[in-house]
Amino acid sequence: MATIFIDNVPYHVQDGQNLLSACLSLGFNIPYFCWHPAMHAVGACRMCAVKQFRDESDTRGSIVMSCMTPASDGTRVSIDDDDIREFRAAVIEFLMLNHPHDCPVCDEGGECHLQDMTVLSGHVYRRNRFKKRTYINQNLGPFINHEMNRCIQCYRCVRFYRDYAGGRDFNVFGVHDRIYFGRCSDGTLENEFSGNLVEVCPTGVFTDKTLRKQYTRKWDLQTAPSVCPHCGLGCNTIVGERYGSVRRILNRYNHELNGYFLCDRGRFGYEFVNCDRRIRQLLVKDKSGDSEAFLQPIEKQQALHSLSEIFRSGAPVIGLGSPRASLEANFSLRSLVGPENFYIGISDPEFQMISRIIEVLRNGPAHSPSLREVEQSDAVLILGEDVTNTAPRLALSLRQSVRQKPMEMVDRLKVPRWLDGSVRQIVQENKGPLYIFSPVATRLDDVATKTLQLAPDDIARIGFQIAHEIDPEAPPVSDLTANFRGLAANIAETLKQASVPLVVSGTGCGSIHVINAAANVTRALRSKGKRAGLSYTVPECNSLGLGLIGGGNISDCFQRIMSCSVNTFIVLENDLYRRAEVQITDQILNNCKRLIVIDHIMSRTAEKADIMLPSGTFAETTGSFVNSEGRCQRQFRVIPPTGEIQEAHQWIFDIMTSLQWDTLRHFSDIESIGELLAAEFPVFKPLPEVAPRSSFREFGQKIPRQSHRYSGRTSMLANITVNEPKPPDDPESPLSFSMEGYQGIPPASLIQRFWAPGWNSSQSVNKFQSEINGPLIGGDPGQRLIEPSASGKWSYFTDIPEPYKPQDDLWLMIPKFHVFGSEELSSLGPAISERIPKPYVGINPKDAESLGKQEGEKVAVAGENFSISVPVRIIKSLPRGIMALPVGLFTLDGFTFPQWVRIVRD
Amino acid sequence: MFSLLKGMWIVLKHTIRKRETVLYPEEKPIRSPRWRGRIILSRDPDGWERCVACYLCAAACPVDCISLQATQDEHGRRYPEFFRINFSRCIFCGFCEEACPTYAIQLTNDFEMGEYSRHNFIYEKEHLLISGPGKYPDYNFYRVAGISIAGKGKGESENEKPPEDVHSLMP
Repeated sequence: MATIFIDNVPYHVQDGQNLLSACLSLGFNIPYFCWHPAMHAVGACRMCAVKQFRDESDTRGSIVMSCMTPASDGTRVSIDDDDIREFRAAVIEFLMLNHPHDCPVCDEGGECHLQDMTVLSGHVYRRNRFKKRTYINQNLGPFINHEMNRCIQCYRCVRFYRDYAGGRDFNVFGVHDRIYFGRCSDGTLENEFSGNLVEVCPTGVFTDKTLRKQYTRKWDLQTAPSVCPHCGLGCNTIVGERYGSVRRILNRYNHELNGYFLCDRGRFGYEFVNCDRRIRQLLVKDKSGDSEAFLQPIEKQQALHSLSEIFRSGAPVIGLGSPRASLEANFSLRSLVGPENFYIGISDPEFQMISRIIEVLRNGPAHSPSLREVEQSDAVLILGEDVTNTAPRLALSLRQSVRQKPMEMVDRLKVPRWLDGSVRQIVQENKGPLYIFSPVATRLDDVATKTLQLAPDDIARIGFQIAHEIDPEAPPVSDLTANFRGLAANIAETLKQASVPLVVSGTGCGSIHVINAAANVTRALRSKGKRAGLSYTVPECNSLGLGLIGGGNISDCFQRIMSCSVNTFIVLENDLYRRAEVQITDQILNNCKRLIVIDHIMSRTAEKADIMLPSGTFAETTGSFVNSEGRCQRQFRVIPPTGEIQEAHQWIFDIMTSLQWDTLRHFSDIESIGELLAAEFPVFKPLPEVAPRSSFREFGQKIPRQSHRYSGRTSMLANITVNEPKPPDDPESPLSFSMEGYQGIPPASLIQRFWAPGWNSSQSVNKFQSEINGPLIGGDPGQRLIEPSASGKWSYFTDIPEPYKPQDDLWLMIPKFHVFGSEELSSLGPAISERIPKPYVGINPKDAESLGKQEGEKVAVAGENFSISVPVRIIKSLPRGIMALPVGLFTLDGFTFPQWVRIVRD
Repeated sequence: MFSLLKGMWIVLKHTIRKRETVLYPEEKPIRSPRWRGRIILSRDPDGWERCVACYLCAAACPVDCISLQATQDEHGRRYPEFFRINFSRCIFCGFCEEACPTYAIQLTNDFEMGEYSRHNFIYEKEHLLISGPGKYPDYNFYRVAGISIAGKGKGESENEKPPEDVHSLMP
C-alpha cells in the first residue's frame, strides 16, 4: 500500500498503479481520453493533468499527466486546482476545435465519453471562428459505422485493434492535423473483435451499425444483465430493449470473465431475436384436411388440454434436452418425462467428449482457469482447437497471454507495466511461448511460437508424448518420428519452465483422444508441482450444464422412436437436423407419432412439429447457464412477456398444471426449480445463490430495468390504449420492468447498465469496480460449480490412438468452425449473415491437384449417411488426405465428425 | 349612510365601464408570441422534416408523453418513423421546445383542444407536422451538421473545410 495526498488529504492506494487509476479507484473524477483500463497509458490526450507538489512546503507545484505518473508513496497532488482547471479547459477546447455539430444525429450522443468529459472540464461555448476539418468516411462492413469527422485523435481505436486484438487491416494514416483512423481502403473490418471499437472509441467515430437501423438512446433502452448465448464461454452482456425488440448488446464487465471486451458474434449475434423466423404463436398441425398438414394458431387452453390428454393416455413420452436451453428448462423437462425418458440433445460423440471434459475437470488436478487467468498464463499449448472460431473471446485472452513472458524484461528494467508506450518499446516483437497444434491454420498463428497442422489423432499423439516428456510416468507414444519427439521434448521443457502454464483444448476437432492428451499434459505438469491450467472449449452456451444434468444417449432415443415404442417426443429448443444427418433425422421425425417442439426459432425440426410451443430467446428468458469454465451464471429477461411467448420452463409448468401434479409448486419458477436441482445434484448446490433471489430488495426496492431518464412512459402504448396499463410483473427476479426502484449500484450479478452521475458512457464502469481493473463491487457474478477434487484420484489416460495415415480413396472429414456461421442462432441475424462464408469443402492443394479440381469447382462428397456436392476451397495448411467441412454453413447439416468419406469421381 | 352611497356609486360606475370579459369563442383572446399551446413539428426552409429523431424532447418531457422511433431515409437524413404526443398528459411546459436542437418541435398559440374522447388526444406525426418552418424561418440543421446527406457532401456544410486528403504529406 502507498499513501498519496490528494489536495492534502492522505489516501491509501494499491502499489504499482498510476495516479489516474488510483484517483479513479478512490472515486474522484478526472477526465481522460487515451487511457483505457485494459490498454493502459500512453499520455497522448493531455486531459488527465493534475498538479504535483514536491513536498509539503512546495506551493507552486508542476502540472503532470496523472496517467503517466506513478502513485508512489508520498506523492502529493492537487486534482482540482485553478491552474489545472484552466489547463484542462484549454485542452478540451483544442480537442473540440474540429468536432462537428452532430450530437443530435450521432449514435454516441447520451453515452458519449467526449460529452461527459467536456462537461466535466467546463468547456461550454465555442470560441473558434475558423473552419472545421472534415474527412471522407469509409464503409467498414455490416457491424461498424464510420464517421471520421468526430475523431479527437486519442489513438484508442488503433491501440485496441492492432496492439490488443492483433488486427492488421486497420491503422492510422496521414500527417500533421490530418490524422485518419481507418482502413487502407473501404472494406469490412476483418478482426473478430472489431465491435469493441464502439465502446473503446470515446466519441462517435465508430458506432454500432445494427443499432443504427433501429436507433434508440441509451436512456431509453430497457436493459438487463444477460449471458451471451453464442458460444460456451458465457461472456456477460447487457441487452437493450425498446418497443419489444432487442436493440443492442453491450459488454458487461466481469473481472474474471470477459473484462472489457466481447467478440463480434456476441455483440451483433442478437439480431435473430427480431428475425422473421421467430415463433410468436402457439401452433398446431391441422391434420383433418386431405391437403398437406400445416401449422395453425390455436388457443392456449385448447392446446394444453390436448397435451394433458396425451400424457394421461399412459403411453410413454420422451424428452430431448438442449445445450442452448437453461438448466431450469432442461431439468423441468427431465422431471416432466422422468429421468429414464430424458435424453441429451447432442450427438453421441459430442456427449462423450463433454462427459470426458466434466470427468477430467472434476478429478483434477488441473483447474479450469477463467479468462483472466488465461491472460496471465506464461506458456500456452493449444491442442486441436481453432479457438478464434469456437470460443472467440478466449482467443483474445490467449493473445494477451503471449505478452506475459516478455513482461519479465519490462520488470527487470523497472518500467511500470501500465506505461504502455515504453512497454511496447521494450517488448518489441518478443512473444511468450504459444504452441498451436490444429488441423487447420488458425487466426492465432501470427503470435504463436510454433504451429503445426496435423490430423486429430496425431495432435493427440503429440500431446501424449509431451505429457510423457514432462512426467516419465505418463504413457509414452512408441512409434513417433524423431522430429516430433524432439518437438515434444522442447515443448515439455518450455511448459516446465513456465510458472503458470496453460493447456487449451476442446471439442473443436471432434476427437476424444485430443481431450485425453490435454488432460495428460496438465496432469503431468501438476505432478511436477506446476500451477497448470486446463481450458476446454465447449460448443454451446449450456453444453456443460446439460452434461452435468445428464441423460440418455441420443442414439438410444432414436432407437426407441424407430421401434415405435414411443407415443410422444418432446424436443426442447433443439434442431435435430444439427445433431444427426438429414436421412436419419427425416426417418426419426417421420416415425415419431407425435412431435412437440418448444422453441423460439422455426427450425427444420419445428416445421415438422405437431404442436409448437413458442419459448423465449435469451432476451425473454430468466435462467442459469454453465460455461466452459464450469461457472454457473444467471441471465435475466429484458423483454416483458408479450403475446403467447413464454419461457420454456413455464410451458412445461403449464403442462404439469394441466396434469394437476402434486409437486406442482416446485416447478413454478426458476428459484424453486433451482432448489430442486440443488437437492437432486450435489454439483448444483450453489445454484440458488448464483444471483440474488427474487425476494431481494435494495432499500426495500426492486432494481429497475429502465433508467431514471426513460422516456415515453405515458405515450409508448397510447396508440393501443390511453389507459396506461400497469408495467408487467416479474416475480422471478429482483428486477422490475419499470423506472421506479433503486437506481444506485446493485449487486454485481444484477448490474443492468453502467451509468453514474456525470458518466453516461460505458467508461462509468470504473464506478462499479472495487478498484480499476479489479472485481466488481461485491464480487463478480457467477459461481464455479466444478473444482478439482482434493482427494486427487486421477490417473493418466493410456488409450493412445494409432497415427493417422492418408488413405487412397477415403478422406478424413473434420469440422472447420467459423466465428460467423457455425453458431446456429447468430447466423440468423442480417449483419452476421453478411459475414458468413459460402459452403465449401477444404482440401490440401496437392490433393486438389490429384483430384484435378480447381478452387471453386464442385466435388461430390459421400459419407455413411449423406452425399453433398460442394465447391472446393484450397487450404494450404490442411494435411493431406483430410477434408475440412465448415460447420453450420449447409442448409442440412449435422454431420458426424470425424468420419471417413469418399469423393465421388465424375 | 356615506358608505352606502359610495357602494351605489361604484356599482353605477361599473355599468358604463369597458368590459373585461371577452365573448369567446366569437372573440379570441390576445396571446403573446411565446404562448405555450398545441405542439407542432415544423419543416426546414427546404421543406424537409426538421425533426432528426434525437429523442431529446422525449427525455426532457416531465410527464413522458412523447414517444418516437428514429429511422433513416435513403438520403442519409434521420427522421422519426413515428412521433406520438399524448396530449391528455401534456402539461405544456415547453421543455421539449427548449431541448430541441433543430427547432423542429415548437409550441403554438392554439389552445383549443377540447375533445370528448381521450383517444383523440393522441397525436401522431401526421397530426403534428406542419408545412412551414414555424417561428424560426431560416434554420436548417443539416447545413451546419457535419454529417453528409444527399446533395451535401463532406466539407460542404457551413464553416467547413473541404475533406482532407490523407495521402498528402504536405505540412
